[in-house]
Amino acid sequence: MSEQAPLLHVDSLSKAFGALRATDQVTLEVRAGETHAIIGPNGAGKTTLIGQLAGNLQPDSGHIRFAGEDITRLAPPARSRKGLARSFQITSVYRDFTALDNVALAVQAHSGSSFRFWRPARRDRTLREPARTILDEVGLGGRADVLAANLAHGEQRQLEIAMVLATRPRLMLLDEPMAGMGTDESQRIVRFLGSLKGRHTMILVEHDMDAVFALADRISVLVYGRIVATGTPAEIRANPEVRSAYLGEDES
Amino acid sequence: MRSSARTVTIFVVLAALAAVPPVAALLGQPFYLDLFRRIMIFAIAALSLNLILGYGGMVSFGHAAYLGIGGYAVGILAHHGIHDGFVQFGAAIVASAAVALVIGAISIRTSGVYFIMITLAFTQMLFYLGISLDEYGGDDGMRLAAHTRFAGLLDLRDPTPFYYFVLVILAGLLYLVHRLVGSRFGIVLRATKSNEARTRAIGFSPYLYKLAAFVIAGAMCGVAGALFVNQTAYLTPAFMSWTRSGEIMFMVILGGMATLIGPVLGAAALLLLEDLLQSWTEHWQIILGPVLVLVVLFAKRGLAGLLPGGRRHE
Repeated sequence: MSEQAPLLHVDSLSKAFGALRATDQVTLEVRAGETHAIIGPNGAGKTTLIGQLAGNLQPDSGHIRFAGEDITRLAPPARSRKGLARSFQITSVYRDFTALDNVALAVQAHSGSSFRFWRPARRDRTLREPARTILDEVGLGGRADVLAANLAHGEQRQLEIAMVLATRPRLMLLDEPMAGMGTDESQRIVRFLGSLKGRHTMILVEHDMDAVFALADRISVLVYGRIVATGTPAEIRANPEVRSAYLGEDES
Repeated sequence: MRSSARTVTIFVVLAALAAVPPVAALLGQPFYLDLFRRIMIFAIAALSLNLILGYGGMVSFGHAAYLGIGGYAVGILAHHGIHDGFVQFGAAIVASAAVALVIGAISIRTSGVYFIMITLAFTQMLFYLGISLDEYGGDDGMRLAAHTRFAGLLDLRDPTPFYYFVLVILAGLLYLVHRLVGSRFGIVLRATKSNEARTRAIGFSPYLYKLAAFVIAGAMCGVAGALFVNQTAYLTPAFMSWTRSGEIMFMVILGGMATLIGPVLGAAALLLLEDLLQSWTEHWQIILGPVLVLVVLFAKRGLAGLLPGGRRHE
């Protein structure tokens, strides 16, 4: 696996907001099939980094290569069409659509032209059936016809992941998928993400250290916009620089 | 169930509109034929605005532009002796779609308050263009040389056939909008209104979808303009005044945004109320204003929200 070119290659990425170097010469490789966690204390620049990977923010310098192609200047829709899908830290679903509609729309985005003006999309089996399968997979099968606004917070987080999956991504960018969840809900999501491991390539930005160490193949630690260490969970646990910069403070 | 209740509501409204000419004749009040035809023409304009405002979230404050373009297309052709309906309505549709393409292509790059202002500015430009067209009456406007004729089929000079012609077009466009908003295209449009960042993140570029909706709405309103100039038999730049844009927008909000029947109800309510209050007092707007404020405050889904099946377009 390590002999292959990485699926995502981030090269010397930098982004500053005034004097604040939110992303500082970040270089990062994500291999196909791996679950790569990005951790770091609050204000380390995780959200800024994810924003640049998803295309919502433009870096000041550096390059992002995805599947061998330079995508640094591509807008989010184009990145999504190339197979890079993101979830949002703050739940972002269509609140006035049902759960099934939400997922079906994500399926639709990746199945042919949507400049079709006549046939009812909600009766299109080629959209509804894959969407139902994915809802079942994330455990929302019984809630398909509930408006997203009426789903519980945890269910909305699951719906986000379902929408990411529905775009058939080659790389999933999950921005704190467990944010705001109770312990039980978190554990369910961890189990679910664990079941995706190996079949999907994931970048996981997460505060929940138990989840990170349970799921990640490799972890990169971001502090003040810089990556101070990358390695397996065992290596990261053992790294003295990481312990002082981060784990020591949070895990004591 | 909700969707069938909505269908029933729509058919009841259309049937009631179809009954107006015989009832007006029975009562010896041909005036009502005129009033309800006017209502239906504005319903078409409001229906088209609802496509971009209600379903697309684009607050266009210049929708009267297309009423004007459609009206001028017919009026100018008639002035030069071309009275054929297929040519006139074809020209009205093409011209208003083309103008909507240009205005939309620029405006849709902005959003929020800027979008409102830029659509208003474009319409003001067209309004002053109308004033400067001396050959076509300039500021004063001009009489429509002759009503539109569909050779051998229909002459819009005849009040009752004209009435049913408008009704058929309204029904057709209601069905068109119903299909549009439920199609793949329509779902993307509504999704973009609901959450644009999410729509981009799953792989859609909203710009072209919004622009397409903007052009379709422009063309539909152009048809309303072509009908309206036949209604008034007089063409003036006032077709495109910003207060007219405001009226059409109010019909949509009053009737219920993003509901199919809403614009029809809104047009009927506004014009009937205006007619009623005008007969009581010349300061009728003093009463109309507060009524509108109350509706906006207390009937969030507009009049359509008060009817069976009208709550939401599924």
